Amino acid sequence: MRKCSTANLDALLRTIAENASLYLPVDGTDGRAHFTKWEDGVKMSDALNTVRSAKDFFFPQTENLMDFKVEGKTIEIIDTREECEDFVIFGVRACDVRSFDILDRVFLVDPVDTYYKNRREHGIIVSMACTRPSETCFCRTFGIDAANPGGDIVCYKEEDAWYFDALTEKGQALLSKLESLTEECDTAAVDAQKDLIRERMDKLPLADLTADAFGGDKLNTYFNAPEWKSLSQSCLGCGTCTFVCPTCQCYDIKDFKTNKGVQRFRCWDSCMYSDFTKMAHGNNRTSQLERFRQRFMHKLVYFPANNEGIFGCVGCGRCLSRCPISMNIVKVMKELGGNA
Amino acid sequence: MNTEALIPVVGVITDIRIDTPDIKTFRVVTPDGKKAFDHKPGQCAMLSIPGVGEAMFSITSSPTNTEYMEFSIKKCGCVTEWLHAAEVGQQITIRGPYGNPFPVDDAFAGKNMLFIAGGVGLAPLRSVINYVRHYRDRYGKVDIVYGSRSKDDLLDYDEILHEWMTDDGIDVHLTIDREQEGWDGHVGFVPNYVKELGFDTDKVAVLCGPPIMIKFTLAGLQELGFDKTQVYTTLELRMKCGIGKCGRCNVGSKYVCKDGPVFRCDELDELPDEY
Repeated sequence: MRKCSTANLDALLRTIAENASLYLPVDGTDGRAHFTKWEDGVKMSDALNTVRSAKDFFFPQTENLMDFKVEGKTIEIIDTREECEDFVIFGVRACDVRSFDILDRVFLVDPVDTYYKNRREHGIIVSMACTRPSETCFCRTFGIDAANPGGDIVCYKEEDAWYFDALTEKGQALLSKLESLTEECDTAAVDAQKDLIRERMDKLPLADLTADAFGGDKLNTYFNAPEWKSLSQSCLGCGTCTFVCPTCQCYDIKDFKTNKGVQRFRCWDSCMYSDFTKMAHGNNRTSQLERFRQRFMHKLVYFPANNEGIFGCVGCGRCLSRCPISMNIVKVMKELGGNA
Repeated sequence: MNTEALIPVVGVITDIRIDTPDIKTFRVVTPDGKKAFDHKPGQCAMLSIPGVGEAMFSITSSPTNTEYMEFSIKKCGCVTEWLHAAEVGQQITIRGPYGNPFPVDDAFAGKNMLFIAGGVGLAPLRSVINYVRHYRDRYGKVDIVYGSRSKDDLLDYDEILHEWMTDDGIDVHLTIDREQEGWDGHVGFVPNYVKELGFDTDKVAVLCGPPIMIKFTLAGLQELGFDKTQVYTTLELRMKCGIGKCGRCNVGSKYVCKDGPVFRCDELDELPDEY
């Protein structure tokens, strides 16, 4: 474990940014934290988490997949992929770090999504423990430890110093470049912080929420549950939950005609939208109840069925604070799981 | 060949056959005249016209055809309307193959076969039927039940009349929904016709057609004593990626593009009723 005095943090960030683009949570003009590219004078946000998740770094909201040149009846396909440059995401919370593992299970299984893989390989994740978890946090429900957030390097912020520990080779390589600004230290301060975090986690309102009632074998238990009707009744189908969700990865592929040809791009999509499954010959989910159910069944039943029981939610709580009708996965779990 | 599953190759339409008032069959090869890729019966391909869209179609030609691929396409949306207006020589893009094929070389091997199709539902089955005809000695007796709205809506009628019906050991049973001048064959819906024909259960059945036809035909087959494990079908849902990632064709824990489109009917019981 190495530590960097708070006074030296700016120098440390500058050193990181010399070799790679560095992103960290910064308060925007809207007063909320957003991952922002570091430059001299940028101050890291004190907020618990960013409005949007960190999934954008690996799976951006929109990205070009390829170009086409169309002339008369002929088509030329232009592969526009480029090797991504190295980048560092600093201050990623434990929930978002776990979301990368969940996204990997989608995009890195055969056939590999090379757009995602390229960014994943060039991205270094510096995670940060949560000393002030909020009342919307429930990462522990999914076995995530906010005191041990994972990533390539884990960091702990204290009043006078920042503590860093490399967890992967990539992390080790980065940390070794910061040797002049850090010094070897014992784990006493970090151990104390971990104890404090766990104490605070114990006291959270959602500390007792469990996912035990859910899992890959629960299709028949919940699919036709009468509760879906009341749970989905007020859903606007706005898709906000999907967009702020670190694990939602449904996407659309569309073409855009430019002056020079056609760009094929992909963009985030939502199973909550009415035309998501609409085909020329019909739609297999015509009601908001069915679409609402799909989103939660996917996270709590279908995803674990295909991924050794791992749930498709990380308990970041973004949907709890953003849904315009205050519906969210916690209410769904409590209502269906019988501990309302 | 590129390394990214979402990036297609260029294909050229070298022949367009008008099958019915709303179905055309397109022959596709690469610009250098080859098949774009190999496939197995029941697999699909993504065809696209840049600027119009991309959509999934079953490959109707048999893998034993080494020269080109064929797609029987019904005009019913943006991409298909554009294709129906296209001319020979038009380039499109193609990627694939996608999905699990029919188990032609294992579960079907040595079996008597019963193919049941409705309308454009013959398109995916034609690949299997012609595969079975090509390797005729590997399979037992073959029955084909095929129905459509009218005589004019029968897909690829020439091949049915002049090739399938003249083959030894293949019985073709055609039906149309309503009486029509010039038709002296059977009249009635496919599910009822299957029950009337009363097949022995010593065979594997392969079903494709509109969802309602599949549902009633499966029930009819069960009345005849067929077990769901003897009946296969192929599903169609909205798809974008074709590789089980975009989420569109997700039903229960399955992705129709990757885990399907071919399913044994008992496997469908494990899926929620959303297809």
